[in-house]
Amino acid sequence: MQPITERYEQIHQRAKESIAAGRPQDKIQILVGLGTCGIAAGGRTTLAALHEKLALEGIEADVVHVGCIGMCFKEPLIDIVKPGRPRISYGGVTPDIVRQLVDDYVLGDNPRPDLAVATISDTPFSGIPSWNDMPFFRYQSRRILRNCGFVDPERIDDYIARGGYRALARALAEMTPEEIIQEVKKSGLRGRGGAGFPTGFKWEFTRTAPGTPKYVVCNFDEGDPGAFMNRSEVEGDPHRLLEGMAIAAYSVGAGEGFVYVRAEYPLAIERLRKALDQAEEWGFLGRNILGSDFSFDLHIKEGAGAFVCGEETALMASIEGRRGMPRSRPPFPAQSGLWGQPTLINNVGTLFNISGIIDKGAEWFAQIGTEKSPGTKVFSLVGQIRNSGLVEVPFGIPLRDIIFGIGNGVPEGRSFKAVQTGGPSGGCLPASLLDLPVDYESLAQAGSIVGSGGMVVVDDSACMVDFARFFLGFTQSESCGKCVPCRLGTRRMLEILERITHGQGREEDIDLLLELAETVKAGSMCGLGQTSPNPVITTLKYFRDEYEAHIRERRCPAGVCKSLAVYEILPEKCTGCTLCARRCPAGAITGERKQLHVIDPALCTRCDTCRQVCRFDAIVVG
Amino acid sequence: MTLEAKLEALLGEGQSDQRVLIALLQKVQGELGYVPEEAIYAISARTGVPASEVFGLLTFYAQFRLKPQGRNAISLCQGTACHVLGSAKIMEALETHLGVQPGDTTFDRVFTLNEVRCLGSCSLGPAMVVNGDTYGRLTPERAIEIVEGYREDAANH
Repeated sequence: MQPITERYEQIHQRAKESIAAGRPQDKIQILVGLGTCGIAAGGRTTLAALHEKLALEGIEADVVHVGCIGMCFKEPLIDIVKPGRPRISYGGVTPDIVRQLVDDYVLGDNPRPDLAVATISDTPFSGIPSWNDMPFFRYQSRRILRNCGFVDPERIDDYIARGGYRALARALAEMTPEEIIQEVKKSGLRGRGGAGFPTGFKWEFTRTAPGTPKYVVCNFDEGDPGAFMNRSEVEGDPHRLLEGMAIAAYSVGAGEGFVYVRAEYPLAIERLRKALDQAEEWGFLGRNILGSDFSFDLHIKEGAGAFVCGEETALMASIEGRRGMPRSRPPFPAQSGLWGQPTLINNVGTLFNISGIIDKGAEWFAQIGTEKSPGTKVFSLVGQIRNSGLVEVPFGIPLRDIIFGIGNGVPEGRSFKAVQTGGPSGGCLPASLLDLPVDYESLAQAGSIVGSGGMVVVDDSACMVDFARFFLGFTQSESCGKCVPCRLGTRRMLEILERITHGQGREEDIDLLLELAETVKAGSMCGLGQTSPNPVITTLKYFRDEYEAHIRERRCPAGVCKSLAVYEILPEKCTGCTLCARRCPAGAITGERKQLHVIDPALCTRCDTCRQVCRFDAIVVG
Repeated sequence: MTLEAKLEALLGEGQSDQRVLIALLQKVQGELGYVPEEAIYAISARTGVPASEVFGLLTFYAQFRLKPQGRNAISLCQGTACHVLGSAKIMEALETHLGVQPGDTTFDRVFTLNEVRCLGSCSLGPAMVVNGDTYGRLTPERAIEIVEGYREDAANH
């Protein structure tokens, strides 16, 4: 046995023992979901109530803080593991419910199937289904997320006890950098940041590029609105990222690295800092890692709020302390990156895949997914959807399985209209494309992209022109201003969209939008500009009738665009209660008590007050 | 303590080149709540980077503020998911309730209302952060209630 391997096995043993000592088998374990989503849903209040109740009853239980298991729609989540029993997950746990759970299941023996979501185990228990039988999990293949919701992200020993850092030890002990790069190439792993470039080739370019020192950078500037995969991954399992980076650094020959993280993610930053300190302390980062002659120093750089810094050359400029403005490529970062040195830049999602590939092999990795898009991808499924959350699926899965299988479709009484994949750089896909397999090529063909992994679902209450306007508003304000077509083109496009949504659209506007879209695409240097027209192009492709209704009929079919909204009172529902007339700030509603009321469209300011106060649903917007 | 002394203490010793510029600005803002003009010159003197360039950084990155903030910072998310879940209505309610526009501070300096693009709490939209605490599944009424809770906190201190 080689010393590195031996050393790792000792550490692994030590971690397992320390975890076992802290969590004896005969003690009840209670896991509390404390990712940003869990906290936002009130997880900390529930946690406080739990501790209070446990103290009151004199119960000694092992309370573990875990990251997000993905079921954001069920937050706050609390899981209870009784010795010899499967782990049971409870959703929507308020302080009152947590007190009931302690009374009934911790003290008593009633697992409260009425409050349970599922067992996090292969077996059902006492009428509570196994998570394998829940549609939300059934379609998923949890590889990248395998630790999220299972380990305490603030304890390195928890990660190591589950086999963490074994891949790094293997890489250092048994593989040359070239062999690792071969393995990554063989796996077919493609960059998860959006462009889908083959990761192994990027590593090879960086390794073979002349010049030292070399750097490794992790792009954790997850700025796409509607995407939070990286946040949850790091909040739930920060060490997996550090391990992936250390392996990457060893492979390309870098001694220093940076994680560039957006400042809007304070909890992820805090957990990452803790993880970094622990990894140094345990010998997985810093000087002579695991006794080898490989050293790697890692720093955390906080972004300062600029979406464009997700672009790799802008990101590097920002690390260097300059305005984050992209530059033209080539030279690519692999040749000339940070301070002109060869630099490897990978997304969080990409690096999360590395330890699995090294530990289990390229074949294992490519077992699922498609030929050109092997492996899995984590998506954040959000918007007007019932089961919103974080999901990991194999590439090639049809959109329908994600939206209706996992997501359980749109809210009651609504119908599915579209899904935006890839954030502001992506496109809007209609119901007719629901059977499209989700992989890099298929989505690109439909005019969208896999992108970073945001999936925003909208139902028939959404106006697609307003939706496109929203994205353009975003890219327009985030344009760095370097390329004229992007700086001014997106502004002109936004003005046209605003005009259309305000009921002042002109017949030639659609052609003008398409022409501008082509110019912005062709004339912008970086991905932000090149992809910014995608939401407009795809909504025009699939929802052109909505644009035409706005322009020709001065009508917003979904009733979203305020200037075009017409408020009407339904005669069959109006009881003449006078409430709307009394509340209308514009004095636009008239009618006698117990008589039908009428809205004067000339006076109506479309403030929506009447619709909100009406107790009989008698007011409709058309 | 005078502002100069404060800046002196903040900027202190240590690394002083271009690569720490953003971190220095973040440090100043973290302490003072904004970046005063004096800090631009102090940082320029400390790092040797022209004041115009420091100012360029400040105005490029959305995080930096050149005006003092209220005692409580409200950041309401206007990301895609929050948008489709009705965050515009929440913004309208907060604007009316506080009597300020996004980016502005109330007269009594109790609140600053900001809009942000995606807090990453998309599955719990509409979402907002008040003084670092995240709140999800907002309605206009709940948002006002939460914000008012901070006013009382401020009054008690």
